[in-house]
Amino acid sequence: MESKKVLHVMYDDDGKLLEAAKQLVAKGIRVKDVYSPFPVHGIDPIIGVKRTRLAIASFMYASTGTCLALFGMWYFMIQDWPMNIGGKPSFSLIENLPAFVPVTFEFSVLCGAHGMALTYLLRNGTLPGMPASNPDPRTTDDKFVMEILTEENEMDAAALEAAVNETELLELSIKEYTA
Amino acid sequence: MQQEAAIREPLILGDKSYKDITDDVVGPIQGKAPMGWKIMITITSIIAFYGVGCILYLIGTGIGVWGLNKTVGWAWDITNFVWWVGIGHAGTLISAVLLLFRQKWRMAINRSAEAMTIFAVIMAAVFPGIHMGRIWVSYWVLPLPNQFGSLWVNFNSPLLWDVFAISTYFSVSLVFWYIGLIPDFATIRDRMTKPLQKKIYGLLSFGWSGRAKHWTRFEEVSLVLAGIATPLVFSVHSIVSMDFATSVIPGWHTTIFPPYFVSGAVFSGFAMVQTLLLIMRKTMNLENYIHTKHVEYMNIVIIVTGSIVGVAYLTELFISWYSGVEYESYAFINRFSGPYSMSYWIMMTCNVISPQLFWFKKIRRSLVATFALSIVVNIGMWFERYVIIVTSLHRDFDPSSWGEFHATNIDVGIFIGTLGIFFTLFLLFARVFPVLALNELKTILKSSGEEHKRIQSNGKSNH
Repeated sequence: MESKKVLHVMYDDDGKLLEAAKQLVAKGIRVKDVYSPFPVHGIDPIIGVKRTRLAIASFMYASTGTCLALFGMWYFMIQDWPMNIGGKPSFSLIENLPAFVPVTFEFSVLCGAHGMALTYLLRNGTLPGMPASNPDPRTTDDKFVMEILTEENEMDAAALEAAVNETELLELSIKEYTA
Repeated sequence: MQQEAAIREPLILGDKSYKDITDDVVGPIQGKAPMGWKIMITITSIIAFYGVGCILYLIGTGIGVWGLNKTVGWAWDITNFVWWVGIGHAGTLISAVLLLFRQKWRMAINRSAEAMTIFAVIMAAVFPGIHMGRIWVSYWVLPLPNQFGSLWVNFNSPLLWDVFAISTYFSVSLVFWYIGLIPDFATIRDRMTKPLQKKIYGLLSFGWSGRAKHWTRFEEVSLVLAGIATPLVFSVHSIVSMDFATSVIPGWHTTIFPPYFVSGAVFSGFAMVQTLLLIMRKTMNLENYIHTKHVEYMNIVIIVTGSIVGVAYLTELFISWYSGVEYESYAFINRFSGPYSMSYWIMMTCNVISPQLFWFKKIRRSLVATFALSIVVNIGMWFERYVIIVTSLHRDFDPSSWGEFHATNIDVGIFIGTLGIFFTLFLLFARVFPVLALNELKTILKSSGEEHKRIQSNGKSNH
């Protein structure tokens, strides 16, 4: 089995991290991931993280909620057991629609919010009991780590190390792993 | 990188580094509980237990133990319900509406304000629950297939809209709050040294690692949740107001209710945030994060919403005369001169006059004055709901059925009890949860931190 190496380059400032990422990417190095204690704005286009489609997912969940709510109320109030409440009979969905607006809205929000939240957690793989995968505990405090894999780059570990050392790094750790 | 004018007051005082922010927030969680906290939680727990006792007594005996009667069927219970839901509104307003408006000052207060929202909504939900009398059949409010003659719940009723509104509001706020907490729990997890604590925070943090893609998603989820929580927060209190406005009771049947209730809710909610945070910042040494400027911003929200409430009171009063409806005008004459006129004048003083004091910059920036006025506003807002509910009901169309409501010890006990439960939950939150949104605060350190402001105004660097 071929041995592969992973480089974890640590920075102590988000500005330095952004600058370093730009330099490395300009040299054709692929940065696999960045671990940071807060969202570093501007890092995504540099390391090639695509825009998330969670908002679209949320819209679809919310639309499902709208349809379900309207279908449910039509079934309960119009189809299954129409009642004459206060002289305002329930015989047609269109005529009763104004009274159904609040519940439709609430149910759409309910589905949109929870659907998106669940999708977010599942896509991230952040679920109860999942182990943390940040390479250094300091990355949730005040340090920023860039992860570079030799298998994703044409350069070998030594060349990568040389390139990385030209940036304003704080620490560098190189580990071997078997894939 | 976000830029901000150098002349704006910094939002984070002291020359903080990223690490300092972590230390200041996680430090109190790692340390031993201070004596003051132990004393406070003992007191609030005793009150909470008393409240639970009163609730159990009520459930065991029936809601006759409240002072309700045939004329006044809603009184303290619904007053407390509306009061608590209203308090809850500030949290979502801070975290959602202010996020959409890119108000960076919300970052210091949103976590605890949202916690307050969640606890307040739980307290609110207690009241309609126990008001049902038979709480063990409270699931009947859900549209479940049933054996009771194929009857479904009535979707034309605002009381049912409320069931959907409150449960959606509670669960969405909870999710919004928790998604923000996950990265902060990860920060605590990575700092804890004791294995059990590390394990617990590890579980709570869902294995969060702070990858770039996850942060992108995190920001998107926060933005979208804020986008849908904003109409939600306005809908919730509008629907609460429709519980009243869609009825035919003089004093309730007005179209002004939804906006009037929503601004009243935000008004009382911000007052409660002030009450809680002014104590918390002091006892937990968070003065650098929640300082005079934050208090001033919140006081400005209080002036605006308080003035809307004041205008609404006067509009109601004017329309009751101008409409020419004698029942409506009697309802209002009875409010300010009837047996409950005291409540009306307390409401007017606390809600209309007292917030206007915040026009003075000295008062607006004074922490002591703010604390005192925040309590005054909360008292005023409780009386507002009491006035609306009890004075409108106690003298209805038929004078032979006029009556009065007098609160019993159980009425008082349950209300005080919910205050006890609320403060107990909040104290527990302040002890074991990150009370500031760590990860969000770190993003504004370079644009709104004191040190960076100084560098910026000296023109040395602009990074």
